[in-house]
Amino acid sequence: MHKLGCRRLSTLSMALLMMLASTLQTVPAQAQPRASEFMLSNGMQVVVIPDHRAPVVTHMIWYKVGAADEPKGVSGIAHFLEHLMFKSTEKIAIGEFSKIISRLGGQDNAFTGQDATSYHQRIAKDRLGTLMEMEADRMVNLRLTEDEVLKERNVILEERRSRIENNPNAIFDEQMAATLYRAHPYGIPVIGWGHEMKKLSREDAMRFYQHFYAPNNAILVVAGDVTPEEVKKLAEETYGKIPANPEVNHRERPKEPPFIAARRLEYKDPRAGNASFHRYYVAPSYLTAEPGEAEALDLLFKIVADGATSRIYKKLVVDEKIAATSGGDFSGWGLDSGAISIYAVAADGVGLDTIEAKVDEVLDDVRAKGVTEAELARAKKTFLADHIYDSDNQARLARRYGWALVVGRKVDDIEDWPNAISKVTLQDVRNVAAKYLDMRRSVTGRLLPEAAEGSSNGGKDAKQPAVHSRS
Amino acid sequence: MISNSWFGARSVHLRALTATSLAVLIVVFLTTLNGPASAMKIQTVKSPGGIEAWLVEEHSVPMMAMRFAFEGGSSQDPVGKEGLANFLSAMMDEGAGELKARDFQERMEEISMRMRYEDTKDAFYGNFESLTANRDEAAQLLKLAINNPRFDVDAVERIRQQLQAALVYAARNPEKVALNEWYAVAFEGHPYARPAIGTEGTVSKVTGDDLESYRKRNFAKDTLKIVAVGDINAEQLGALLDEIFGDLPATADLAAVAKTSPVAGGRQKVVEMNVPQSVAVFGLGAMERKDPDFIPAFVLNHILGGGGFASKLMQEVREKRGLAYSVYTYVYPYHHASIFSGSVATRNEAIGESLDVIRAELKQMAENGPTQTELDNAKSYLIGSYPLRFDTNAKIATQLLGLRMDDFGPEYIDNRNEMIAAVTLDDLKRVAKRLLETDNLIVTIVGKPTFQEAQKG
Repeated sequence: MHKLGCRRLSTLSMALLMMLASTLQTVPAQAQPRASEFMLSNGMQVVVIPDHRAPVVTHMIWYKVGAADEPKGVSGIAHFLEHLMFKSTEKIAIGEFSKIISRLGGQDNAFTGQDATSYHQRIAKDRLGTLMEMEADRMVNLRLTEDEVLKERNVILEERRSRIENNPNAIFDEQMAATLYRAHPYGIPVIGWGHEMKKLSREDAMRFYQHFYAPNNAILVVAGDVTPEEVKKLAEETYGKIPANPEVNHRERPKEPPFIAARRLEYKDPRAGNASFHRYYVAPSYLTAEPGEAEALDLLFKIVADGATSRIYKKLVVDEKIAATSGGDFSGWGLDSGAISIYAVAADGVGLDTIEAKVDEVLDDVRAKGVTEAELARAKKTFLADHIYDSDNQARLARRYGWALVVGRKVDDIEDWPNAISKVTLQDVRNVAAKYLDMRRSVTGRLLPEAAEGSSNGGKDAKQPAVHSRS
Repeated sequence: MISNSWFGARSVHLRALTATSLAVLIVVFLTTLNGPASAMKIQTVKSPGGIEAWLVEEHSVPMMAMRFAFEGGSSQDPVGKEGLANFLSAMMDEGAGELKARDFQERMEEISMRMRYEDTKDAFYGNFESLTANRDEAAQLLKLAINNPRFDVDAVERIRQQLQAALVYAARNPEKVALNEWYAVAFEGHPYARPAIGTEGTVSKVTGDDLESYRKRNFAKDTLKIVAVGDINAEQLGALLDEIFGDLPATADLAAVAKTSPVAGGRQKVVEMNVPQSVAVFGLGAMERKDPDFIPAFVLNHILGGGGFASKLMQEVREKRGLAYSVYTYVYPYHHASIFSGSVATRNEAIGESLDVIRAELKQMAENGPTQTELDNAKSYLIGSYPLRFDTNAKIATQLLGLRMDDFGPEYIDNRNEMIAAVTLDDLKRVAKRLLETDNLIVTIVGKPTFQEAQKG
């Protein structure tokens, strides 16, 4: 019998641990797949990740549609629809979806990204069937009234105020992304531009829904105390009954033109804290990179920018004491592109010119000389250990698989990631540094705690979300 | 980098310890949380040196998590040095023993060890995770951090800069300001009124000596609670406990903190900030953790504002009126006072309406209590979802430490769902009246609210 707190040993974790214990130079024994994968006859992909420690499951539906798939001028509709999915169907009364889940002892929520929309629940395993029936029902039977849509639109506008407009860092971040991408929709915020959100309608939502929500455009990920056979049976009885929609669109987004000019941006907001320096670069993602490049970028930015042992922190915070703190990372999850971000918060009385010069010194140095063997070994160990520690959490595991699969990566890619990380060489890291730390691919931004320009009413400007202060 | 001699000395020491660890005392408690088929075995382990911990063994993956806490927290910050405990929590990996900050941090990465700290009003929490292969080395680093932190001047100044930058940021963050103001109003004159992160003034005055003094007064065996989950047996844990914590003083030297409760009579305070959306925090006093009415109050809170989309406030404020993205309440039993509190954020023009709706709901609940259906639904969720709190090693550790901090035994886990099931509608009606005295409601609002002067309380 399984006791609570008992983790079934995964061969993957075991392989990882052996890699950690070894010198990291050898390729580990073939990691056995941990997840099972199969396809329903209507084209819906299913992935099951067994974890029998506790009698609970994490159930996630991932739609292969996100904010970057929105038609022009209706930004925010993917996220708005995500909210509206909790309204009603013929079988489920208005607002009852979450209440039913709650009565079943479950927790539910949803989120929207640029490339994916996901609905997820955690619940006792014996309730999984009911849950799948409900989720399958709202995949195609959503009902929306005008009145509910209008009320919910106010909710997402409040959400925008909470997340973005009340927060100068978030406003600034929107401006940075909007400047980083010139043609690709990653430059448009997931939540939407306020002026477009205000006009979103029931018809916009229904059109988007009918276009993208279908079993052949969705992935089911179930992690927890279940077997693939159990899930398969339940999935066939629920999602399996929904016909495929042959009209589901292939995702074709506008491409970025060549990168020929570095861009700069300055946002002044009296509500900002210390002045801060930011640099974003367009980089490839795991999906678009040459083999090994994304792994090398992950390691490079662990070494250069992430945390107290990073190069930028050491130089600016520890040695020169010109920054209060610093950070950064490489984000490689995107379908069409990845991004690099770096920031440093100025110490009292230090100008951003000084900060920028020092950050560039660090970056120029890695471009020219790469990183050291010790740095690379430490970064690899950290990633591999994080990978194991994260495996403690079934919900996190389900997300790890979901995010990768929804953009078209394979289960093998996910499970081979530790192996791919361990293979990265010093030369690989140096190559990606030289290739992608290219100013022409970048935006340099400054966030300053000063009165806003071009207006006498200061923070009021923050109410107009799309302050296109590109300069 | 760490010298070889340092590590050599350590392993000899640990081997010696193993020999004495036969004296570990173990009491086993088997929970039946998920029915007899999935019992969780909680052992109460007492080390040869007399240090107690709860342990859930889990050997299939070679790693362990340990969580521990010293009573005290930010309530123990001296007057004029507010933010000291928070400062210390940020200094714990900034060097110890012979290892300066960077060496310490690099060593942690090299052995894939995780260690972090946080303070609450009542306690100073530590969180430690290690792979079995590196456990002894990791334990040594943890021991050093707790017993011999360096507090080098440059490290103190570096962290001070970071804390000051965070304070500047917090002062402009409406949510943080509203929360701080709420505690300042509710607990005026009591340590709970003071901001845990301090102020620019107090943080600027903290010295290495202050940090060391706080550590010496607060890090002691008699106020220490520990739980461990993972690949370690009772005997090994006993040895580890003595090794890490054995040198701490027997008793802490804590300043007395008086029992208190939020000010009565109702208060409303507006802090002007130029933001499009006002953030409000509201709340009043609640039952103590050991009060028989605490569990009913917890169930009542779930119905009112603790149950996410299923809660009444979410229904009335968000679903029916579209006034907010988020509205919630919680009951929180601090050591020296309990509160029922919540928060809502609404555009400046409509924050008054949100608060009116919330007040009306609290009043309605106080007068009539919930319905039987609401009670049944709440029980159904609270009972059915309890196992979701125990589905990872990290969560098990967190849950168990929470029980220890509230002075409950392992049997609590088995009794908990029965306690929820036993709550009756009459209990909730009585508790709603006792808890929701809306005349006592303390409200702090940050933003540019344009409501007509709302009545106080």
